[in-house]
Amino acid sequence: MSVHVLAPGLLTSVQAGPRSGYRHLGVGASGALDPYSFTVANLLVGNDPEHAVLEMTLKGPRVRFEQATRIAICGATIDAFVGDIAIPGWRYVDLPAASELSFGHCRNGVRAYLAIAGGFDVDVRLGNASTDLRAGFGGWQGRALASGDVLPVGSATMTREYLHIDSRWIDSVPDLDFSVPALIRLLPGHDAVADPNSLYGGEWKVDAASNRQGLRLQGLTLRLRETKELDANSRISEPVMPGTVQLPPDGKPIVLLADAQSHGGYPRIGHCIAVDRPRLAQLRTGDVVRFAPCTHEDARRLAREQRQRLARIAIATGPR
Amino acid sequence: MNTNFSIESLGEDALLLRLGNDLDDATNARVHRLAADLNARRPPWLLDIIPAYATLALCIDIAALESGDDPLKQARTWIAAQNLESDDRCPSAVNGRSHVIKVTYGGTDGPDLDAVATHAGLRIADVIAHHCAVEYRVAMLGFLPGFPYLMGLDEALTTPRHATPRLHVAAGSVGIAGAQTGIYPRSGPGGWQIIGRTDAVLFDSARDPPALLAPGDRVRFVAVDQPRGATA
Repeated sequence: MSVHVLAPGLLTSVQAGPRSGYRHLGVGASGALDPYSFTVANLLVGNDPEHAVLEMTLKGPRVRFEQATRIAICGATIDAFVGDIAIPGWRYVDLPAASELSFGHCRNGVRAYLAIAGGFDVDVRLGNASTDLRAGFGGWQGRALASGDVLPVGSATMTREYLHIDSRWIDSVPDLDFSVPALIRLLPGHDAVADPNSLYGGEWKVDAASNRQGLRLQGLTLRLRETKELDANSRISEPVMPGTVQLPPDGKPIVLLADAQSHGGYPRIGHCIAVDRPRLAQLRTGDVVRFAPCTHEDARRLAREQRQRLARIAIATGPR
Repeated sequence: MNTNFSIESLGEDALLLRLGNDLDDATNARVHRLAADLNARRPPWLLDIIPAYATLALCIDIAALESGDDPLKQARTWIAAQNLESDDRCPSAVNGRSHVIKVTYGGTDGPDLDAVATHAGLRIADVIAHHCAVEYRVAMLGFLPGFPYLMGLDEALTTPRHATPRLHVAAGSVGIAGAQTGIYPRSGPGGWQIIGRTDAVLFDSARDPPALLAPGDRVRFVAVDQPRGATA
């Protein structure tokens, strides 16, 4: 079974979970930028939660499925059609052989995920099927999809040979909502800003220069609290992680995402909690962001609650 | 007891061990020794051990520790129980592997060699000799997979980055940025002063290990006169 790419969309790549074990060699995490939507999409088609899917950005691809298959679309609200039939998200959809699925634009959010029963069967590189777009390896030939690509899909048993849209769907709230301003909760970082009210009272707009590596924010200029340490401009590089909020000398914060580099020299004023990463992944240019303080205890509780909701979805969507 | 480093959190699933705040060889050597010690006792929940100049990050599989107490607290407790960095340890325990990297200096391979020489007030031949005279330590790999940040650059060669990064730096380019020297594993934009180029493949995801150099390894550059690849 394979999927033919007839038109690639704006930036469509094969992504799975985060890559680990090679960060000391400078290898980033990669993987789905919105881990929640990615996981739900896999669960809906009966895959392992971390199977390889397609991550679409702002405008999706046009693809043809050779054989009958089951798919699910999660994440950003995206226009999707088979012929003139609209395909809704957050549920499974069975497609007959030779179906052509045409994606349009994201109506809400930025990144939509297409999971297919059996998963995309791409090369596993450094223990993981995700595409590292910065370094050019993994996933499908280490790059975004192009017209003419033919992606192999793992085997899955299909019983239905006609179009069927499941009536049961997953409500993504509270794990992903598109309300603006987006409220992003932060754990404390190594560095503190001069005035906490500026960090937790200010607003920023997502800059157009944002990408999978990080969100650049425009708005209130933040200043660091004076310390006895070296001044911020002569800092030596230290490890950074997806979620780290950096403050460059211009005072405009950068929130690192899944493609974050392994080390950075800028002061770190916070870390976005894991359950708010899906919201970060879905922010569009110009969207307004606010920050709120969070404790490690609350971050753990929120992550645990999200895992429980995912476990319930796994049960609800299990073998049937 | 760990009296020689402090521990900070780095988000909800990583810890940062801080051995210092400065760029010096002794601190960096301790970082690599500590990384090797931790790696030798590595529990399954320790996903990544990431050395930097004076710090070391540990990525923790918090799901694997979720059944008990706060996972970061469990990791701290485990670290405290390891008797790391105690005084009775042999200081030469970790020295890494040694590598020789052949470099073609100057010309189209090293477009900034003249500028570095001018900045240093040295003849070009002396810049090359200085760059080849030192054994460098791989302080860390970062920026891109396999990109080594090398410590030990002769002070005379210290040159600031380009104010505006070049849009295209060729794979294998050897550069200088401030007191650091390094090698670009793949082509792309970059702000370092490029003085030469090597054929060595710094990173190949299909190779095991994928990176030519590991943190803590030592590197020596050798100047080759022939155009790259001529004798290959």
